[in-house]
Amino acid sequence: MARKHVVTTINGDECDFLCESNETLLSVIRNQLRLTGTKEGCSTGDCGACSVILDGRLVCSCLTLAVEAEGKVIDTIEGMSEDGNLHILQRKFIEHAALQCGICTPGFLIAAKALLERNPNPTETEVRYWLAGNLCRCTGYHKIVEAVMDAATELRG
Amino acid sequence: MIMDFHAPSTIDELSSLLSNSSEKKHLLAGGTDLLVQMQSQIIEPSTVIDIKNISEMMEIKDDVDGFYVGAAVSGMTIIEHQAFSDTWPGVIDGVKLIGSIQIKGRASMGGNLCNASPAADSTPAMIASDAKAIILGSKGKRDMLVEDFILGPGKNILKSDEVLVGIKFPKKRNNSSGAYLRFTPRTEMDIAVAGVGVNISLGDKFQIEHAKVSIGAVAEKALVAEAAAKVLIGKKVDEEVIEKFVSEVRNLARPIDDKRGTVEFRKQVIGVLAKRALNIALERISHG
Repeated sequence: MARKHVVTTINGDECDFLCESNETLLSVIRNQLRLTGTKEGCSTGDCGACSVILDGRLVCSCLTLAVEAEGKVIDTIEGMSEDGNLHILQRKFIEHAALQCGICTPGFLIAAKALLERNPNPTETEVRYWLAGNLCRCTGYHKIVEAVMDAATELRG
Repeated sequence: MIMDFHAPSTIDELSSLLSNSSEKKHLLAGGTDLLVQMQSQIIEPSTVIDIKNISEMMEIKDDVDGFYVGAAVSGMTIIEHQAFSDTWPGVIDGVKLIGSIQIKGRASMGGNLCNASPAADSTPAMIASDAKAIILGSKGKRDMLVEDFILGPGKNILKSDEVLVGIKFPKKRNNSSGAYLRFTPRTEMDIAVAGVGVNISLGDKFQIEHAKVSIGAVAEKALVAEAAAKVLIGKKVDEEVIEKFVSEVRNLARPIDDKRGTVEFRKQVIGVLAKRALNIALERISHG
């Protein structure tokens, strides 16, 4: 059977690709579209490294079929900075040293962005619960939570 | 193996796909169970049917006779639906506990039900709320209470030509509320060791008029704790009533020993959870 032709929008640009029907969105994003900022961790939806935003919803791209992207809008880490300027969250992650090896970082940033878009003034507890689906084996989470709280404060102005 | 993929946009199209051959077809809603099984090669589906382009599967409706939630509506959509959340806080307790935000961004209550895990968090809450599964097959529609839909671990009542279309909640009783509580070693990203869904209504003298209780992860499927609910009916809640209620809940639990908990621990904790869930439901009623 022929591969499936999918038309979708990624980081504001219309794009199309051919994929096997059982291929994951993560696989297409990384291996075909070469958007390698989105990482593969567990492939079972436990670690959040593959987080992307699909039609406004934070999801695991490892548990999404690429064919499901047809007609959808996808945001990945590559679309986070604006005109070459880092997003406030990205800046705060650097300032607070909220990363070490960096594998989990794109997923954390995408998840944190989704949180602040819904809730610009989260409590620390809310931040911790929202980010529970993102695993980090380096930082111990504290600096990540601090960076998100600080970014929220700055975004509120 | 090449996988056949369909994304029908109407129920009729879906029905004809389901009935046109006896080959096993896998339905895709949120995919958070299906894709995990595919990735770990537990299953290699020859046909996957995405049901998310069908409007009946994706809508939350507030009808005169109660809420309808499409089988593929994502957990986050349910949680963010203010009117549904206000009406069925116990169900929301359960949905909130399903996986991470990422998982809930896709995972549906219908999928949680069809996957038929004995530890499914939304199921005891749905059962306590008298929710019904709406099923469509080649011979037409049928419905049944959620407790009758699940047969055992990983097994539901659907025939090969049938599909769960949605979940229908009754009209909310006056002066009623509910709660779902579970025990897990971690507060997030874990699977219930035991879980309890409670739904109660109070009469004008604060006596319990209606009660339905369901216990999860302590049997091969979520059970209706009828004997425990009977203890409550007609009574004002005091310590003696609670003690009897807790002991009935424990009597009904028939858990197994596994890596997540022992029989003894599960029987102990299910009683504690039942008591706390009852108190939360009572508190929610008093706060209107």
